[in-house]
Amino acid sequence: MNETVAISLSVNGQRVERTVKVRQHLVDFLRSELGLTGAHLGCEHGVCGACTVRVDGQIVRGCLMLAVQADGATVETIEGVTETREIADLQQEFVGRNAAQCGFCTPGMLLTAAELLQRGKPMNRDAIREFIGGNFCRCTGYQAIVDAIEAVLNRRLATKAQS
Amino acid sequence: MKAPNFKYARAANVDEACALLERHGDDARILAGGQSLMPTLNMRLSSPSLLIDINRIEAMRGIAVDGDMIRVGALVRHVELAESVIVRRHLPLLSDAITHVAHPAVRNRGTFGGSIALADPAAELPACAVALGASFVLASRRGPRVVAAEQFFRGLYETDRRPDEILTEARIPAQKSGTRYGFAELARRQGDFAIVGLACIEAEALRLVFFGCEDRPRLAREAARANGIPAIQAALAADLKPMSNLQGSAATKLHLARVLAGRVVGSLKVVGA
Repeated sequence: MNETVAISLSVNGQRVERTVKVRQHLVDFLRSELGLTGAHLGCEHGVCGACTVRVDGQIVRGCLMLAVQADGATVETIEGVTETREIADLQQEFVGRNAAQCGFCTPGMLLTAAELLQRGKPMNRDAIREFIGGNFCRCTGYQAIVDAIEAVLNRRLATKAQS
Repeated sequence: MKAPNFKYARAANVDEACALLERHGDDARILAGGQSLMPTLNMRLSSPSLLIDINRIEAMRGIAVDGDMIRVGALVRHVELAESVIVRRHLPLLSDAITHVAHPAVRNRGTFGGSIALADPAAELPACAVALGASFVLASRRGPRVVAAEQFFRGLYETDRRPDEILTEARIPAQKSGTRYGFAELARRQGDFAIVGLACIEAEALRLVFFGCEDRPRLAREAARANGIPAIQAALAADLKPMSNLQGSAATKLHLARVLAGRVVGSLKVVGA
């Protein structure tokens, strides 16, 4: 029972070992300890989705998980996912369609869309909107974001069907 | 904001969690999925001295068939419920309800037991548990006890759980083939807490459980005795004493409950069909 704990985890493929305050949440740890500022803090109570990161392959609210809870976990942020080029097509589509304006929501939006793409199931626009319903964007009105996700999903499904 | 200071303990098993709860009682909070607890800490609405992290207790995971009972571990995450073949086949009410719970990133962490133990009056799973006639296993150093869902929810975020107890499992009777069920809720946005919601089972009798109305899930007993949708809707005036809140006045909520009763009872689905 401590107020600081030593943790060891994988972040974007690299082993990280630190001693953290138990009250520090995962995104503060990533931003202030590791300098990974891609995950943003908007509301800090689980509503806006700007802090979305991947833990053990699934998206989570980074502000609702303590860094100490990530001990032993595999964490991926937008920096890591960009480097692996897993969603390079989606990022290109966001640029091409102006699906980002201020960019604050974009890393979270991309990681949520990445989970949607991973499921590899056909989805109509309503279902896409529902899936990204936990990620707020205050600039775009969502139209271009849904356009981009829909285009990439359909393109990937078509490619898969051909192969 | 940032969470206040607290101490942290990771329980390796149920016994360890119980020992910590016996020692710290109400000064401690159990950290499961954290999707409600962490916001209250970050907003400083709560300042426990100790968090007991139960996420690594293997014995509290998993969904299993046990005769005509389904055992759902308290640490089963919403995403697991949503994807479970056992739940789809034996508890289709839960499969329908879970799609209304929050958003993918929250469903990846939030737990069944957490939702039950928190007892938010507008939450889906407590109402489903009452409709299904579930019971909950509470462990403590004094030994386990089992409480029926109907007796478990006592008020606004209030349950029958004592400060030294931990909810380890739900035991839910499987929905029998040929019986009927339905679920619907009204929310401003998909994934938000319900303004009013309804979980319904029709086996021997009609069990209509409303949530988002009162301080806890409410089983509508008068409506269960009524014949036909208009009579059911009329009877709800005797069953429900809705609380006014930001989501609507008591009169609005009663009206919406009647609308939902009409929709759900008018389109019940058959188990196994």
